[in-house]
Amino acid sequence: MSFSIKKQGEICVVDVEGQLIVGNRQELKQKVLDELEKGEKKFLIDFSQTGYIDSSGLGVLVSLSKKIREQGGELRLANLNDDLKTLFELTKLDTLFQIADTRERALESF
Amino acid sequence: MTPAADSGERKRGAHARVAFDRLIPSDVREIEPLVEQVTQECRDLALSARQCALNVPVALTEALSNAILRGNRGNRDKHVRVRAVVSDSALVLEVADEGAGFDLDACTIDPTSADNIEREDGRGLFLMRSLMDRVERYDDDARNVVRLTLNRS
Repeated sequence: MSFSIKKQGEICVVDVEGQLIVGNRQELKQKVLDELEKGEKKFLIDFSQTGYIDSSGLGVLVSLSKKIREQGGELRLANLNDDLKTLFELTKLDTLFQIADTRERALESF
Repeated sequence: MTPAADSGERKRGAHARVAFDRLIPSDVREIEPLVEQVTQECRDLALSARQCALNVPVALTEALSNAILRGNRGNRDKHVRVRAVVSDSALVLEVADEGAGFDLDACTIDPTSADNIEREDGRGLFLMRSLMDRVERYDDDARNVVRLTLNRS
């Protein structure tokens, strides 16, 4: 599992490789908060290489979404596979996040 | 054996067998490799792709996380036991910790309600119950056991 952040124009793109679960969620949270503190406002989290997400991982996404909004920023999600989409639908988090099918569409949506 | 456990044993039938039985220390870093081992067992048992990629890993991660962080309060001297019992009809996962137990219904909240949707916590038991066909909790010999049953589709 790893998280990498790359700048694409003025958007911070975060790739989540592996699982986003209780054992590593703080690492993702801190990496994004560090960028937010540096003044970054636009964030895209790409799940194309993600296995599964647990409730702690979902909780971190909710928390980051709030913190980014409080700073006047925006968070988008992209590339949820069918299983991950089901998780978001079950928890109704698909109503809380802006989710794009592809990275390109997410980047265009800012 | 508790009545609930006895009932579970009967339902598993004569063909039930223990496919996995491990004791781990209370450390969240133990979760991912253990879940991968159990998920591999599920693939070997030809459970569906969705059950192997979503239902089992997420529900088991939630049960292990609760056992380690809430049941055993992260005390590495305390252990969590994980058993997987398979039969022709179902996969049964049992996660036992050394905690005092909890009321499953009272602790399950609806994270989809307007009041809760932006909460960071509170989705674990909901996900377990959404992704498994049955979730039970019982005390067994001073251990708190959560039993997850997934019917084989």
